[in-house]
Amino acid sequence: MKVQIKRYVSEPEVKEALLEYEVALQNATLLELLQEIKTKQDASLSFSSGCRSSVCGSCSMRVNGKEVLACSYKVQEGDIIEPLKNVPVLRDLIVDMNKSYAFNAKAKAWLSSLTQNAALSPEDEKINEVQSDCILCGSCYSACPVYSVNEEFLGPFALTRVWKYVGDKRESDNVSKLDVIQTNGVWDCTLCNECTIVCPQNISSKSDIEKLRSKSVMAGYKDPSFANNFGGGFGFDGSPSF
Amino acid sequence: MRSDVLIIGAGGAGLVAALAANEAGAKVRVITKEYPTRSQTSMAQGGINAALGNAGADSVEAHIQNTLKSAHGMANEEAVRYLCEEAPKAIEWLDSIGVCFSRTKESKIAQRTLGGASAPRACYAQDYTGLKILHTLYDRCLEAGIEILSERYLLNFIVNHDQYDKAYVGGATALNIQSGEVEIYESASVIVATGGYSRIYDKHSTNSTSSTGDGIAAAIRAGARLSDMEFVQFHPTALKNSSILISESARGAGGYLVNSKGERFTNELAPRDEVARAINDEINKGEEVFLDIRHLGEAFIDEELPQERKLAKLYENVDPVYDLIPVKPAAHYTMGGIEVDKNSHSKLKGLFAAGECANHKVHGANRLGGNSLLELVVFGKQAGLNAAAFAKKFDKPIDTLMQKTSANNFVKGVKYFTNQIDFYEKRSFIGKIFYNNAGISRDDMGLKAVLGAVRQIQREIPFMGPKDKSNICNTNLIEFIEFGNMVELCEIILVCAISRNESRGAHYRSDIPQANDMAYKAHTITWKEDGVLCADFME
Repeated sequence: MKVQIKRYVSEPEVKEALLEYEVALQNATLLELLQEIKTKQDASLSFSSGCRSSVCGSCSMRVNGKEVLACSYKVQEGDIIEPLKNVPVLRDLIVDMNKSYAFNAKAKAWLSSLTQNAALSPEDEKINEVQSDCILCGSCYSACPVYSVNEEFLGPFALTRVWKYVGDKRESDNVSKLDVIQTNGVWDCTLCNECTIVCPQNISSKSDIEKLRSKSVMAGYKDPSFANNFGGGFGFDGSPSF
Repeated sequence: MRSDVLIIGAGGAGLVAALAANEAGAKVRVITKEYPTRSQTSMAQGGINAALGNAGADSVEAHIQNTLKSAHGMANEEAVRYLCEEAPKAIEWLDSIGVCFSRTKESKIAQRTLGGASAPRACYAQDYTGLKILHTLYDRCLEAGIEILSERYLLNFIVNHDQYDKAYVGGATALNIQSGEVEIYESASVIVATGGYSRIYDKHSTNSTSSTGDGIAAAIRAGARLSDMEFVQFHPTALKNSSILISESARGAGGYLVNSKGERFTNELAPRDEVARAINDEINKGEEVFLDIRHLGEAFIDEELPQERKLAKLYENVDPVYDLIPVKPAAHYTMGGIEVDKNSHSKLKGLFAAGECANHKVHGANRLGGNSLLELVVFGKQAGLNAAAFAKKFDKPIDTLMQKTSANNFVKGVKYFTNQIDFYEKRSFIGKIFYNNAGISRDDMGLKAVLGAVRQIQREIPFMGPKDKSNICNTNLIEFIEFGNMVELCEIILVCAISRNESRGAHYRSDIPQANDMAYKAHTITWKEDGVLCADFME
């Protein structure tokens, strides 16, 4: 089987190329193929991996333009393998996740204030069961088109992780949680749903963002673009006012 | 770059230790060779034990007795009591920071029965228990503002000597994987939380490719002692081709083990060592072994075992709702590790350890399912508090010059190794001979043959080396250093396994199938003197 892999090095100078590899493997995962190449053909091929069972989030990359986990994707003849988007590529398929992970802290994705004696039922468990399956693989971040216009967007996984706590009965301070995600947050999402399509854990950040929007509105926050449209950006006759 | 406490590893034990040390007022720094949520902890599925009695009558005493029984006389009862008594508090704490546990109809944390347990004792979060605990701990560390530096690979611990020539730790040297530079992290105390060494068994292990025993190898090089390194737990049910784990909860929920004839041949809920041996015996008889969960029904499987269904489809092309799942035992958890006292303190002053890399003597010869997640919460906290207290009193100078020079020389020098021998080939060779001869069933002659092969590989290491000579993200170099650490531990495992002329728990000697309490009801202690491996049995 032949595949093409995007190679990138920055030392001693920047070089990029799409290299073709031929591997005698059938019915293999992409990760098995990459390991085969690294151990048998080309030790310099660089990629991240860990658990091999889709829970550690290390081996996310793109195949034919779509984000996948290498360990859970069955590789096909002619596949083109590239690193994630919206993150700095360090080498080949390895990207620097530090900046994207930092959005978790910026979004304050944690339990802020514990409700004492909150008893959770199986129904309560369901509210954030899927959201707490997030493995931080960064696939959603790579697929999100907002980053081409706003690099400071808190982004799909960080907002899903905020919803995980906002939707949890154990969180007693939803107001401060919602406050953080008003700027570069829930209103900056275009609801395009790309994040949902690529999530290996079947999480829909888009719908989590919608839930956070409605919680925000209930808490008295306004959609800034909506407010602008009617409060300042346009005159009563619909013509722009400056 | 100095901190009070330096933690190596950002899995469950490392992050719990970080939170505890931070809360005790210490300046904490965590370094990890991956990113903080990518560790082995994420893979733990089955659950975390605590005698809460939410799903049936249970008691702390029963938890203690089950743990001691499974340990086959090799556990320290005081440590086991502490672990089991602390367990309900550990769960309460995890619940309070937002871990999304599964719940009962009575709005309590749900519990299920794992092997060797007399009651449904394992609290779980569907089959993502480790993942959900780990990510919640990470969220907590972000809240606490703890410094976590990713992609730093531990090289060695910094060791200094006081005026009485007594050694103490003063931090660690690490390779920044992203830049290829050696970095020095000074600290008053160090906590090792680097995980186990199951990847020695290579493709016959359920573990992440990162479970290469780095911290344990660095600890013995620095002067710490290791104990009980021959005890390696094989999980009975890994997928046959890929060694991907099928959680014990599949059997806990009523799954059967059957051979090619469709016959059941063992008690599926016996301790792991017994079940693994029973499966191994069937395989040696020429049978294939399967896990059968079809009778549990699609709704139940999708609710309680969704990962299992996904993985079986992906790796074996079978759907557990309709098909049998082909399984084999695979190396899963290493009971041995850095010898620590009841304060999680190793023999090297200032060096603490927690999690799978440490031996708190609670698992003994065979760990009970559900006790490892528990261990990393209970002893992670203990290590964090004690390392913080130790750092507060620390008043010695730290000299890093020698270690800095030797680390730099090593990283430069290793790239000039001659590369006549392919270390990847040797890595899979070791995995194979360990699985066949130093695995589920061992004997004197097989172990000695493997030791001969390992010593030969040790001599050949300078003729191996990374093919990739670059600095940035040189994963070929990292894998070579990991390989070196594993080879170092291989010798220790074999020396211990050869010395223990009896069968006990996970250490099963087909040539001596009985336990011998008179001679061997003791811990196998190993250490190095001037680079030479020494071993002895101690109470």
